[in-house]
Amino acid sequence: MSRAEVVESVRPVSPLWTFGLLRSELTTTFRRWRTLALLAVLAAVPVLVGIAVKMETSDGSSPGGGGGGGPAFISQITNNGLFLVFTALAATLPFFLPMAIGVVAGDAIAGEANAGTLRYLLVAPAGRSRLLLTKYATVVIFCLAATLVVAVSALTVGALLFPLGDLTTISGTQISFAEGLGRALLIALAVAASLIGVAALGLFVSTLTGSGIAAMATTVGLLITVQILDQIPQLHALQPYFFSHYWLSFADLMREPVYWDDLTKNLGLQALYAVVFGSAAWARFTTKDITA
Amino acid sequence: MGELSAVEPVIATRALTKRYRGGQLAVDGLDLTVPAGSVFGFLGPNGSGKTTTIRMLMGLIEPTSGTARVLGRPMPRATRAVLPHVGALIEGPALYGFLSGRDNLIRYDSADPAADPRTRRARVAAALDRVGLTAAAGKKAKAYSLGMKQRLGLAAALLQPRRLLVLDEPTNGLDPQGMREIRALIRELASEGTTVFLSSHLLDEIEQVCTHAAVMTQGRLITQGPVAELSAGARGRLVVTTPDPAEAARVLKEQGVSDVVVTDERVTGEPPDRDLADVNTALVTAGVRVRGFTVERASLEDAFVALTGEGFDVAG
Repeated sequence: MSRAEVVESVRPVSPLWTFGLLRSELTTTFRRWRTLALLAVLAAVPVLVGIAVKMETSDGSSPGGGGGGGPAFISQITNNGLFLVFTALAATLPFFLPMAIGVVAGDAIAGEANAGTLRYLLVAPAGRSRLLLTKYATVVIFCLAATLVVAVSALTVGALLFPLGDLTTISGTQISFAEGLGRALLIALAVAASLIGVAALGLFVSTLTGSGIAAMATTVGLLITVQILDQIPQLHALQPYFFSHYWLSFADLMREPVYWDDLTKNLGLQALYAVVFGSAAWARFTTKDITA
Repeated sequence: MGELSAVEPVIATRALTKRYRGGQLAVDGLDLTVPAGSVFGFLGPNGSGKTTTIRMLMGLIEPTSGTARVLGRPMPRATRAVLPHVGALIEGPALYGFLSGRDNLIRYDSADPAADPRTRRARVAAALDRVGLTAAAGKKAKAYSLGMKQRLGLAAALLQPRRLLVLDEPTNGLDPQGMREIRALIRELASEGTTVFLSSHLLDEIEQVCTHAAVMTQGRLITQGPVAELSAGARGRLVVTTPDPAEAARVLKEQGVSDVVVTDERVTGEPPDRDLADVNTALVTAGVRVRGFTVERASLEDAFVALTGEGFDVAG
């Protein structure tokens, strides 16, 4: 009997195996102290905003001053605690949320390479495409978890500090609190989907280097650069392709009827980023020499 | 060895070459054959290309040219079929410091598509027991000593029954007792039929546990074969102990002994091709009082030094 024949007799692999790998990836990611610290920071933002608004308005004045500055919806929080959810998402979406995603995505491959655990996952053998796909799925789930942490924290603080009830949309119509909650959930999903592009970009950067810190710094650096470029009028022609360009479109979900135009553009753009940088990450990772 | 050569080798490389992007030739035309059932020692100084070779065998690095077959299948193309049968410890253990020893093994086992999740806990417990880590299984891996990390790395390689174990410096960081335990474990695994591919810089370790060995320097394979043949290749030294060293040295030279060295009452030299009994007779006939007359068997270390030319710096 040749040894080569023996090799064929591997236990038949269950197609559900990939979910086992995903579960392992998720528990590993969410048990990291760093991940929990990021989520704790995100949970603290609505608490700070809520307390600040409460203190500022305790003398009866309206928040945000007369000039209408500050994040969207902030002036309405005192009337309805649910608005703290929208305010908190608007406040965290430009930096805190994508930074958290950049850290987790940038660390996904590079951090494992840095620790040397990548070589053991690959000789297990996890399979390079499968491992990359699992990593990306984990980062996307983290996008959703991070957004929900902000939303749930904001809802809790809003309910504790401010009254709840029917609310007024941007278009001026009145909707019930239950529908308002539904809109809040939709907005959270839209915000989470807005982060898919950053997640793909971070994962691609992560396949380029063997240092987790370098990948995280590069991703967060790109994030800041793109947001600055998005403010320069001379780059008007390029701006619709910046991943952050349509981020604030989630506010359109608070219109009556909902204005879908920018929302769908945002989703399309995020999908484009996922495809382009996902493919680039795959091309890089499946051909790379693992020397770490 | 006859019955071993009948089956296909566990590892077979043909002109395996790796040139890194910087142009550095790490492995140069390697023809390596690891027979099934052997405990194969892979020797070579640091930077000789051992680790690059191991990484190519495990599908982590793409060869520049040449082929590598592991368990009869081409690598890196057949990683999915081959690697579940291979346990590996490559360049030391790598662990998730924030996970316990047990959770580290569960993580690595989840990455193996051939591992049955229903038996995972039991197999992890068995692997921990086998390397003597049961008591420390719940401790976070970052609190482990180097020796414990090494044991946990070994346990990860033993999560499933394997056809081939690739162990890169497995006794690194272990105390002498730990080294003995690991060597006993390697012998035990080999007796169960697992082929062990063992890289080490400890020659006596290779000599103690290996049936076969290969020596690499500067990316090239210098020699390979059964350990007994390799050390036989380096000739032993004739050692004569006598109170008359000067006279003994003169007679030995007459008898064709070369490279004669006198140290106090010890005279050593390369034995001639004639019967050593005649050499002894000549000594006695010349009135040399002989206390001891032996040939010191060459060790693998002598063979290694002879082949690589290393270790002569001190004598210079």
